[in-house]
Amino acid sequence: MSTHQDFLLSVEALSVSFDGFKAVDDVSLYVEPNEIRVIIGPNGAGKTTVLDLICGKTRATSGSIRFRDKELTRMSENGIVEAGVGRKFQNPSIYDDLTVFENLEISYPRGRSVLGALLFRRDRAVRERIEEIAETIYLADQLAERAEYLSHGQKQWLEIGMLLIQDPELLMLDEPVAGMSVSERRNTAELLNKIIVGRSVLVIEHDMKFVEDIAHRVTVLHQGKVLSEGSMEHVKTDPKVVEVYLGH
Amino acid sequence: MKLRGDNALFRRSELLGLLAFATLILVMLPAALDIFRLNLVGKYLTYAFVTIGLVVCWGYAGILSLGQGIFFGLGGYCMAMFLKLEASSVENTKIQSTPGIPDFMDWNQLTALPWFWKPFENLGVTLAAVVLVPTLFAFIIGAAMFKRRVGGVYFAIITQAVALILTILIVGQQGYTGGINGITDLRTLKGWDIRSDGAKLTLYYIECGLLLAAIVATQLVTRSKLGRILVAMRDKEDRVRFSGYSVSSFKIFAFCFAAALAALGGAMFTLQVGFMSPSFVGIVPSIEMVIYTAVGGRSSILGSVCGALLVNFAKTRLSESFPELWLFGLGALFVVVVLSFPEGLAGVYRSSAPRLARSFVAKLRALWRTPMTRSLDHELAE
Repeated sequence: MSTHQDFLLSVEALSVSFDGFKAVDDVSLYVEPNEIRVIIGPNGAGKTTVLDLICGKTRATSGSIRFRDKELTRMSENGIVEAGVGRKFQNPSIYDDLTVFENLEISYPRGRSVLGALLFRRDRAVRERIEEIAETIYLADQLAERAEYLSHGQKQWLEIGMLLIQDPELLMLDEPVAGMSVSERRNTAELLNKIIVGRSVLVIEHDMKFVEDIAHRVTVLHQGKVLSEGSMEHVKTDPKVVEVYLGH
Repeated sequence: MKLRGDNALFRRSELLGLLAFATLILVMLPAALDIFRLNLVGKYLTYAFVTIGLVVCWGYAGILSLGQGIFFGLGGYCMAMFLKLEASSVENTKIQSTPGIPDFMDWNQLTALPWFWKPFENLGVTLAAVVLVPTLFAFIIGAAMFKRRVGGVYFAIITQAVALILTILIVGQQGYTGGINGITDLRTLKGWDIRSDGAKLTLYYIECGLLLAAIVATQLVTRSKLGRILVAMRDKEDRVRFSGYSVSSFKIFAFCFAAALAALGGAMFTLQVGFMSPSFVGIVPSIEMVIYTAVGGRSSILGSVCGALLVNFAKTRLSESFPELWLFGLGALFVVVVLSFPEGLAGVYRSSAPRLARSFVAKLRALWRTPMTRSLDHELAE
């Protein structure tokens, strides 16, 4: 059994219940540095809730979430972000009223206090970093455009870019290719392969082809519990998983 | 690169608008109006401080406060307390059973100045209190609400409730506050008679200076990254939170900023109108202030100032002729504006100004060209 220090993220005996319904039930999960972990599972398995618990959106009923040496279950949402956890939501969550440039600027990790935001200057370093990120997410030509005019796929990329500019150690992506066209999906896979370098990634995804392409390890959740865990090969041949996915 | 210009404090059109407004209030109105009318404009402009604050709080941050009268009133009361103490010198009040205290205290059988009145004997303390007391109060309300993630309609209703509670408190504690009549019969500021025409003119200019400073300060806030965060928060609060910002701190800031400006307006109101009463604190005035902002344009600083001026002007005119109809008219105006022109006058101006300007220029050109071309044709014919 390894100690905490070997893992970037250790989720232990995590449970949350909503009015008696256990959405997540005694889940343990360990993510190593530079690991890409994919969480799969049928609808209602509690995948999104696990991400919500890690980033502080939902508070755990019991259990612990340790990120490096910090206990995340007791920290504020912004504290968790500052500790190095970034989260992408299922539906593109961007600021429609602001330009692509401003969307990225708000995510730039400086001037996060009230005073800091008042005194924030859009200097060369900021500008260059934003242009660099925009290049990566295929939006270099859309910097001055209002975000609401972007296509669905472009909005997803913009949100990925907003996470990227934070440079988190743990990146959590909730269905990053859902609702995308074939070509957008290809570009997104390419993009993800580019940005996962040097950080741990926790991904929820339904697209099995996509999962096979990127996952180091896969965790299968079912009814709030961990059903199986291991390599994609292992998980695919696990009779418990086959039963859940294919039924009797 | 085209994004470079974004660092400028004012866009060119905004700067022109501000200059036009400054000319209007500093030169044109004082030249055109007698001192009585100018004093009325000064009174209307005190509400402009409130509407500018509401632009930040409501227009940008999306926090609808239906209780700005609280802060307007607190600012006004702080100023009034100082002026009242000065007006209640032992010499002026020697017919009272306890000389040296405000008249309403004497009528209510108080025999000594209450402790919380004492600091207001000092002008410096008073001026600080004018801004600090309401801002601190806003901070307490804001922290209590926003830390608990109370927002939207619930927040609006709670601000209403606080406005009502404060009104009841002021009316009920007659001996300490002057009750329903408010604090009246204010005369001098450090021996300077604020009721004279000269003083009224000076106060008007001081107010204009403060208002222009407030506009620039607000522009600084809205054009900073903080302004963009407020807009982002209005759109997608969770995204801002998970981008590493403490959303509640930013909401508290916006609310306190609006409160400080409202308080400044309230203090100027007391100085120019010469009294302060609970009728400027409660629910109705608070809602009226939101209406001024909605009519002018809740995301435009200058628009909201125009809203305060125009609605107040209309109010004075119409409530003189049809007093019973005014409130209905005001309500109808609010509904129409919110339904049809969510960005108020500023929105109408923004969408139609370029077209109007273009057609105006085209007409000018046509006028100018006609004689020119005619004479040119003439020359060519020769």
